[in-house]
Amino acid sequence: MKKIDAEQVRKVAKLSRLDLTDAEVQEFSGQLSAIFKYVEKMNEVDTDGVEPLAHCLGVNNCFRDDVVRQSLGVEKTLANAPERDDEFFKVPKILDDNSGA
Amino acid sequence: MADLEYKVIVGLEIHVHLRTATKMFCGCELAYGQQANSRVCPVCLGLPGALPVMNKKAFEYSVLAGLALNCEIAKFTKWDRKGYYYPDLPKNYQISQYDLPFSEHGYIEIPVEGPQAKKIRITRAHLEEDAGKNTHTSGNYSQVDLNRAGTPLLEIVTEPDMNSGAEVRAMAVELQRIVRYLGISEGDMQKGHMRFEPNINLAITKDGKEYRTPIAEIKNLNSFRALEASVNYEVVRQLDEFERTGKVMVEGSKTTRGWDDAGRQTVLQREKEEASDYRYFPDPDILPVVMTDEWLGEIRGRLCELPLKKQMRYVADYNLSEYDAGVLTGERANAEFFERVVEAGGEPKRVCNLLTQMGLKVANARDCGLAELGLKENDMAKLAKMIEGGDINASAGDRIMQEMMVSDKGPGKIARELNLIQKSDAGELEAFVEAVLAENEKAVEDVRNGGKKSKAARGFLLGQVMQKTKGQANPQVVNQILQEKLKSK
Repeated sequence: MKKIDAEQVRKVAKLSRLDLTDAEVQEFSGQLSAIFKYVEKMNEVDTDGVEPLAHCLGVNNCFRDDVVRQSLGVEKTLANAPERDDEFFKVPKILDDNSGA
Repeated sequence: MADLEYKVIVGLEIHVHLRTATKMFCGCELAYGQQANSRVCPVCLGLPGALPVMNKKAFEYSVLAGLALNCEIAKFTKWDRKGYYYPDLPKNYQISQYDLPFSEHGYIEIPVEGPQAKKIRITRAHLEEDAGKNTHTSGNYSQVDLNRAGTPLLEIVTEPDMNSGAEVRAMAVELQRIVRYLGISEGDMQKGHMRFEPNINLAITKDGKEYRTPIAEIKNLNSFRALEASVNYEVVRQLDEFERTGKVMVEGSKTTRGWDDAGRQTVLQREKEEASDYRYFPDPDILPVVMTDEWLGEIRGRLCELPLKKQMRYVADYNLSEYDAGVLTGERANAEFFERVVEAGGEPKRVCNLLTQMGLKVANARDCGLAELGLKENDMAKLAKMIEGGDINASAGDRIMQEMMVSDKGPGKIARELNLIQKSDAGELEAFVEAVLAENEKAVEDVRNGGKKSKAARGFLLGQVMQKTKGQANPQVVNQILQEKLKSK
């Protein structure tokens, strides 16, 4: 029994907007299961009384001042765009637009 | 229709743009209405190797808002990645806060009918980044502008404590006043600085049993009018749906709706499957923030008297009407100008009349505040005193105030130059009254005979005296003299 079965791979792929073939689903199921099993070793560590870690650096309060810095400019910004429409990125039509943060 | 009672239940999510010079995690300028994609850098684009660093001012602004909303400010707060799959945030995630927001458990007081303010509990407030802007063209593609991507965004979530469209609106308006008072956001609805998402359902009591209708969330409302209208529409729609289908709230019954402004209705939006699986995890790029007592105290020092407190104080201390107090406290700078004039000795009600009528009329036309009209606080206090003392009448006060906006002269001098000082000297006015009475025997007769014509005749005589004095007589004094004369003959 694999740790991450085909159904879970399909779910994760869907959430990641990835289109996988059945062969790939099998392949990733195996790989992800191996990774999962490896990471599971961590469960052997006794974590009683240890605070959960929010960040691995142990450094806090890193800020910058609210000072304007030069942006790239329209041309550089769009230089890697697969497609552009004047100064806009051009993307496949967004149908059910639930964008907005 | 069966006998039923219902209660409206609304919770609100509000997004507020913070008024910083730069974005949340990079130094790109925040600018509205600029050339598309002209305020973009590797951080905005999510390019490999780009490292976002937090804007200190944006964080402090958020904490200030949290304090104004009576929230507990976390001693330790961190940022998380939230899965996001639209091209207006090219990283494919939004930097947000999940389990350790910077503030929780607060409340906001809103004005409602009656003498007491109503408390709306705040669940949490956290700090995140806004997305860019997608434009759907007529062609088979969409346009993306990333200028807005990364704008500091304060998200405030309330408990479901509002019980009508009007209360939801009052909450939104109050929050706008607060963020403007604090100077942390322009709160300009036209520019999308505030966006609202109400969660609405009904608690229906029917035949002694209570039912809850499925919750509807209305997305992305950006005007107070649409906010109130959408809530009111949902109430009717959900009642109707319950009566027709009996549908009640169950796991997964929540729907997302949009507001169709032209049709004045909410419209069901197509749901993405598993849309709520955002797969949050701690963002390794952003370091946590530890809040010290000292730092928090420093931020607390930047709080000011909040608008509703001010408004209620104006009513209690200055005897102003709720309406006038609301108008004066609409903008902090206007309220503070009013307070300075009162401090300089102006009677509050007179000062209020001058400022809310002529003052705001001109200020609104010029799109500026009361303090930018060129009026000196001391002179305004003097002007109010002149009206209070009967030296000038109210319309002369407006006239003098207009003049004060364009000249350095004091109100007394202007009043004399424009001949607006009222004659209140009884001896002087008596002569005018005598003359008018002598010239208008018929009217005098009518007054003395009483009856229907008496009142009109009295008014006519007063008018004649005012005319004779070129409108400079104090009508109250003239009235007194008239009364005496008409009685004693």
